[in-house]
Amino acid sequence: MAKVLLIAEHDGENLNANTAKCVACAAGIPGAEIDIAVFAESAGDIAAEAASLESVSRVLSSEDPAYRGALAAVLAPQIVALAGGYDYVLGPSTTFGKDLMPRVAALLGVNQVSDIMSVEGERTFKRPIYAGSAIVTVEAPADVTVVGTVRAASYRPVGAGNSAAVESLAMTADVPDHTRFIASESGASDRPDLQSAARVVAGGRALGSADNFDLIYKLADKLDAGVGASRAAVDAGYVPNEMQVGQTGRIIAPDLYIAIGISGAIQHVTGIKDAGTIVAINKDEEAPIFEIADVGLVGDLFNVVPELIDALD
Amino acid sequence: MEKILVGLKRVVDYNVRVRVKGDGSGVETEGVKMSINPFDEIALEEALRIKERGEANEIVVVSIGSGEAQQQLRTGLAMGADRAILVETAEEPDPLSAARALLEIVNRENAELVLLGKQAIDNDNAQTGQMLATLWGRPQATFASKLEFSGESVRVTREVDAGLDVIEVDLPAVITADLRLNEPRYVKLPDIMKAKKKPLDTIPWADLELPDSPAISAVSFEPPAARERGIIVEDVAGLVGALKDKGLL
Repeated sequence: MAKVLLIAEHDGENLNANTAKCVACAAGIPGAEIDIAVFAESAGDIAAEAASLESVSRVLSSEDPAYRGALAAVLAPQIVALAGGYDYVLGPSTTFGKDLMPRVAALLGVNQVSDIMSVEGERTFKRPIYAGSAIVTVEAPADVTVVGTVRAASYRPVGAGNSAAVESLAMTADVPDHTRFIASESGASDRPDLQSAARVVAGGRALGSADNFDLIYKLADKLDAGVGASRAAVDAGYVPNEMQVGQTGRIIAPDLYIAIGISGAIQHVTGIKDAGTIVAINKDEEAPIFEIADVGLVGDLFNVVPELIDALD
Repeated sequence: MEKILVGLKRVVDYNVRVRVKGDGSGVETEGVKMSINPFDEIALEEALRIKERGEANEIVVVSIGSGEAQQQLRTGLAMGADRAILVETAEEPDPLSAARALLEIVNRENAELVLLGKQAIDNDNAQTGQMLATLWGRPQATFASKLEFSGESVRVTREVDAGLDVIEVDLPAVITADLRLNEPRYVKLPDIMKAKKKPLDTIPWADLELPDSPAISAVSFEPPAARERGIIVEDVAGLVGALKDKGLL
């Protein structure tokens, strides 16, 4: 039997959709018995959502005001206090998990397997390196806890027909006072969440301005799609950072991804290559995005996109 | 503060198209352009700006790697760092070992702030900064896009998936730089000449007397699965038709 502790990500109210994908990864470990740990100010609903995920044996639910803001320095010692009973401690490879899990690994005196994209054996995993230009098969050493982050885009979420037991968990480790959460400044949006949207429309530098990015929003609204952007568009200030897709932004796998005015640098492509269908609209027929696009249209986005919006009416 | 330590990793340049060797034993690094990890360059730029504002006195750049990493340290000195330290090792250390080595340097140097890139663009591990903070028993602020110092603490704006988080950490601390923290300066020729005279000390890895760590071993390398080449449509009608054929509209 392989005991797996999976750390839930949430926004204080709801379980993050990546958690169901991490469960799918964990379920691929031979003999896995999966517990999910929820650390939240108010954990009830989040724990209930976690307990509904198939393949989950047990949910450990810990409530404390100190969990606000999900600070790694606060959470890591709590996780390590639990880790003794587990062979694997996993989290999502999101900014939450990337911040937290190396802190857990260091407290346990081990290295971390970052961005697990497939489980090949008890301690063997595949992960991307060089922005996805290469895939390496790695092996974690025997007899130590495996700490890892899961590249959620590589997995389909497990179903939600389960009703695992929820046990409450007392806070056991000390809370450091050297790190304080101040505020979250998140752009609230009515559009589908970029990470979990079935369709995503993304714009690049070729949009030319924040105002012109309205074209992307209009098309996205027609398709009920989430909105993403290339690094160049974010750097240019057209859109906020949370919309960046790629090596240093979101790694997503929608059914449909429409890249508009995005050249397709490897650092961007690594964030979308698990998408079902990739559509590229670009006026440069030599743009590398066409090498990975399933459907390409060479043309000026300022003509093509309005026409496409009309065609969808 | 007296001293800021900045980590500079020598990596394959951002613009190189990395290829897996034919025998799957690694990636081709022979003869390719090497540079400072771009996130580390941003970390150094931030340290220099802190010093230029009069909020720090000395910037020390550290690299862990082969003797060739002196090139990247010299570039760091040319950008404006005061001193450089190379922890010399022929083999690339795992992230935990790198964090242990950096901690040893942090202690020797009595640094109050460590600035690192949020990840190195070769192995994309994104572990070393967090591990250093943990071993040091100090706070971390990862993916930083803005720093505001006040007394013994720093307010850090962090780029997270949902937008921006603001946290406050007490010094000493480890901060890892994200893309939009700043735009690094270009190095000018006179600065390159000046940098040749700045001190660069080499410490052999073995001298740090670090414990062995349970490294994660690389078994084999392969190119990513290629997507099948798609179709080019002539116009919007063709695009809509193709999407309908795939059941996406």
